[in-house]
Amino acid sequence: MKADGRHTWWWHVPLMIVGATMLLPLCFMFVTALSEPGQAIRADGGFWSLVFPRTWRWENFLEVWQRVPFLRYYANSMIVAMVVTCGQVCTSACAAFAFARLQWRGRDAIFLAYLATMMVPGAVTMIPNFISMKMIPEWLGYLLPWIDWNAIRHLGPSSDWPVLGRFVGLDSYFSLTLPGMFSAYGTFLLRQFFTTLPKELDEAAAIDGCGPWTTFYRVILPVSKPGVATLGVFTFVGAWGAFLWPLVIVNSDSLRTLPIGLQAFQGQYGTQWQLMMAAAILMLIPNVVIFLLGQRFFVSGLTAGAVKG
Amino acid sequence: MKRAFAGGVRTALPFLLPNLIGFLAFTFGPLVGSLLLSFCSWDLLRSPYWVGLDNFRELLGFHRGSDGEWAATDPAFWQYLGNTFFLLLNLPVSMVGSLILAMWLNRPLRGVRFYRLVFYLPTVMAGVAVFYLWRWMLNPDEGLINAALALVHVEGPKWLTDPFWAKPAILIMSFWLSVGGGGMILYLAALQSVPRELEEAAAIDGAGPWSSFWAVTWPSVRSVTFFIATTGLIRGLQSGSEMAYVMTQGGPAGATTTLGFYVFEKAYQQFEMGYAASIAWVMFLLVFGLTWLQWRREKQGEAWS
Repeated sequence: MKADGRHTWWWHVPLMIVGATMLLPLCFMFVTALSEPGQAIRADGGFWSLVFPRTWRWENFLEVWQRVPFLRYYANSMIVAMVVTCGQVCTSACAAFAFARLQWRGRDAIFLAYLATMMVPGAVTMIPNFISMKMIPEWLGYLLPWIDWNAIRHLGPSSDWPVLGRFVGLDSYFSLTLPGMFSAYGTFLLRQFFTTLPKELDEAAAIDGCGPWTTFYRVILPVSKPGVATLGVFTFVGAWGAFLWPLVIVNSDSLRTLPIGLQAFQGQYGTQWQLMMAAAILMLIPNVVIFLLGQRFFVSGLTAGAVKG
Repeated sequence: MKRAFAGGVRTALPFLLPNLIGFLAFTFGPLVGSLLLSFCSWDLLRSPYWVGLDNFRELLGFHRGSDGEWAATDPAFWQYLGNTFFLLLNLPVSMVGSLILAMWLNRPLRGVRFYRLVFYLPTVMAGVAVFYLWRWMLNPDEGLINAALALVHVEGPKWLTDPFWAKPAILIMSFWLSVGGGGMILYLAALQSVPRELEEAAAIDGAGPWSSFWAVTWPSVRSVTFFIATTGLIRGLQSGSEMAYVMTQGGPAGATTTLGFYVFEKAYQQFEMGYAASIAWVMFLLVFGLTWLQWRREKQGEAWS
């Protein structure tokens, strides 16, 4: 096997073809985002006019912000993704520590139960979760009858406090974020990471007088950066693009997230593709940025999940 | 070997509690809840009432029609089940593709990191934005796909609006999305852990590329293959709802409705919560059963080899 990189340029040919198939759709996306509204370039110009832009209508990117409350959607998505990511990383890391580095009765049985629930389709849990989100104001009313939950619930996003939104119930940040903060997958991923760390770490920490919390926070977490980063990237990207849950939970325009907001560009009289693609590009920027930031941790993070098979 | 921390459950519980509560409230509770719901009829307006096995009987049952032929009571379910399995075809195909790409990249080539990044790009962007992009690409008159076909003088079909071509169109998209994704990264990582000398030794022993693949490469990617297949199966069986909602609304004539989207339709468009829950549970049992089968076969395979 003398596959020396410098002399076998033809090894690159298939890779370049595959790379081109990955990139051409993105070129098409840019070309569309830069085209004139209703422009009929496409049918007559042929293939290459779809891949190299002929018009550079940057105003499309501006129009996206003016046509719909795009900033609001962007901010909502950002809030939801951040809260979900922080929540999920925290809860998963704590639980993973308990599963990987503490000794207690019933540990393996409970962990197995966690693993099994990774098989539960989202569709199964979505309906009851939707119902309980709808009922939460009523349940809280039974629990704490002296607080007027309905009033809080109907506070709604008002013109005075546009950021506030409802606190609980359907159509609130609360129900948008809370169910996403707990994940068996995240626990599994981080547990895999924590178990690979040498036991001596704990012992050394214990000798230095660290309790379990200090060990967790000062020793285990810092060494497991790749795992935490991987989970963070996955969760962020997932929550940023989440579609079905916000779709059923959100009703008012001011709580829409980006994926839901994109629908605004498919009007009754046909989709405005140049705006849709411009909006889609704007939506994808955080994905690419966060992926590039987390990239150096990524491969080890991805592989850790598969170690046990 | 004693662990550093004593205290058992009392030490572990505070770590576990936040996740455990969330797990009980948002996974385990709903699992039981939707099982109960699947024995009920509920339109969200009136209060739910118990109907026993009626939902499942209607979903899975057959009855003798007026012409004496047996017919399914819910033919849509069987069609959508078929769709789900058809779209699952992408899993083996893209796994082979991922493995080939990974083997190709597992050489002292320049720019491996760059290729890996480009191939992974679709996975990074996966979601609603990409579904819109592909809906636009598959546009018969103005989209990229038919323009590319026109380059080689093929007149492309109407893709998403054609009952025959809608599913292949989705398959093409899924392949594009998944071939360079997590699967390829995992394969690449597994291959990189194989010492190069092993391949060279096989070559010296006169092994052709084919037998060298089975003797050296395959054992090293076997467990990763199992992992990708299992997670892919679990994910594939429940996927398709976002795709259907954004790209086709499940059409034409239900050609792209998967079980996942059927649940969504029943629950949030027709407000038959009980029926939707019963579909979801059938789906769960399907996922569970197939995963179990796959797992058992893997165990047997290990015992033999």
